[in-house]
Amino acid sequence: MTTIRTEPMTVNIGPQHPSTHGVFRLRVTFDGEEILQVEPIFGYLHRGTEKLAEERNYTQVVTLTDRLDYVSSMINNQAYCLAVENLLGAEVPIRGQYLRTLTAELQRIAAHLMGIGFIIQDLGALGTPLMYCFRSRERILDLFEMLCGARITVSYMRPGGVFFDAPPEFWPALDQFLVDFEEEFKELEQLLLENEIVMVRTRGVSSLPLDMAINCSVSGPVLRASGLEWDWRKIEPYDAYDRVEFDVPTGSNGDNYDRFWVRIQEIRQSIRIIRQCAEQIEPGPVRSEVPLVLRPEPGVEAYGRVEASKGELAFYLVSDGGISPYRCKIRSPSLLNLTVTEHLLVGWKLADMIVTLGSVDINMGEVDR
Amino acid sequence: MALAQLTGPDLAQRVEEAVPGSVDALRQAQGGSDDTLWINAPSIGRVAEFLQQDSGLDLQFLNSISAIDYIGHFELVYHLTSFRKGHKATVKARLAGRDELHAPSVYHLWRGADFQEREVWDLMGIRFDGHPNMKRIMLWEGFEGHPLRKDYTG
Repeated sequence: MTTIRTEPMTVNIGPQHPSTHGVFRLRVTFDGEEILQVEPIFGYLHRGTEKLAEERNYTQVVTLTDRLDYVSSMINNQAYCLAVENLLGAEVPIRGQYLRTLTAELQRIAAHLMGIGFIIQDLGALGTPLMYCFRSRERILDLFEMLCGARITVSYMRPGGVFFDAPPEFWPALDQFLVDFEEEFKELEQLLLENEIVMVRTRGVSSLPLDMAINCSVSGPVLRASGLEWDWRKIEPYDAYDRVEFDVPTGSNGDNYDRFWVRIQEIRQSIRIIRQCAEQIEPGPVRSEVPLVLRPEPGVEAYGRVEASKGELAFYLVSDGGISPYRCKIRSPSLLNLTVTEHLLVGWKLADMIVTLGSVDINMGEVDR
Repeated sequence: MALAQLTGPDLAQRVEEAVPGSVDALRQAQGGSDDTLWINAPSIGRVAEFLQQDSGLDLQFLNSISAIDYIGHFELVYHLTSFRKGHKATVKARLAGRDELHAPSVYHLWRGADFQEREVWDLMGIRFDGHPNMKRIMLWEGFEGHPLRKDYTG
């Protein structure tokens, strides 16, 4: 039998492609179905957030952070507010800390549900599993609506705490959500964790060795899937994370399955954290006396960092004594997690590429800023 | 486990011993922030190599590279972490002037510098020597100016 001669072919995947989860382009060179070369191209969603922040006052910038990783806006709010509080040396009242921790964990569940749902969608299970994930996510967005009137662009947090206390009807709704969600989540886990198709398509595919993950500044679930127990909520506890118990799940192979599995386990841990917050929270103020127009000391700077749903999200703020940040640098986990794209994809097939990209779980709002 | 911040003066001593002439002694002495190690921009590559490979420092993770425009000069800020040693460091270097700015790349040490150095070039206009693919990242080739500079007016 003679082998068929093949020729490399370059294809643009995106910028408008349903599996790129946003406006993102991959220029891929294939030999048949096999990937020879990959170049990620982005910037389509670049809105100049860092520049815009220099023209708004510290409180207004909160609204810009909603639009970074737009499926994870609570956590973005939190990272930015922590940076401003570090800049001012401001404290957050205990109840405010708990509300922030609780909403951030709800947001993490919502973001991970989207991540998981889309991996399954990319594996070819069209519709149903994704809708299962969205069903639960909708409930979380309903809770956010109760808190602040918005579902996606929440702007719920402020330097010094949160904008409003939770209304009385929030707490029974939260309890009901947790009860329902634990059932729904069990169902989802049964459907997915030992699913034959998921196993075959993701186990051992696109492994990321730990040393490479570290060298490429990879963080979050992708780093933990490669085997490092590193979570900024544990390392540098902020808000109420030092008063709640949770585990940091890690993978061992760093393959697509591990990245998928780590997110599922993190949802379990988030439920634990939310339950503890709801138990421990006590009446009190939710925001300290921080003026709406802030003027930090000139020359001071702060690095505010959180464990976001995608990884290490940080705001590096520099003040010149004015009412706006002199510099507002955003350390974007999605952008840096993309560094490993080439390593993950070369040598694998087109069909794996889409799943791998899903398992890295990037958000273009955050990559491009 | 909490992460300890390596202090500037302590780091400066160790770095100066390993890479003589690399510490920006003037700014280190002024010590605006006690946490910062100030180095001379041309030494960035050699200092980075020491920080990453010295067994006592072992700063294997590059958290971020930021650039700040101070009109008369620019500052590059590197945030670094060691997972194994459980400490972190902040390193700064000053670049004078506004035109034809260059700094050594740390791409060959930390692949995580790839997109960040390209972003600094794209938005702040500082080129990194030794980066294999020094082109714009957010904006398109042919775009004029560097939008994060203070004198950029759309």
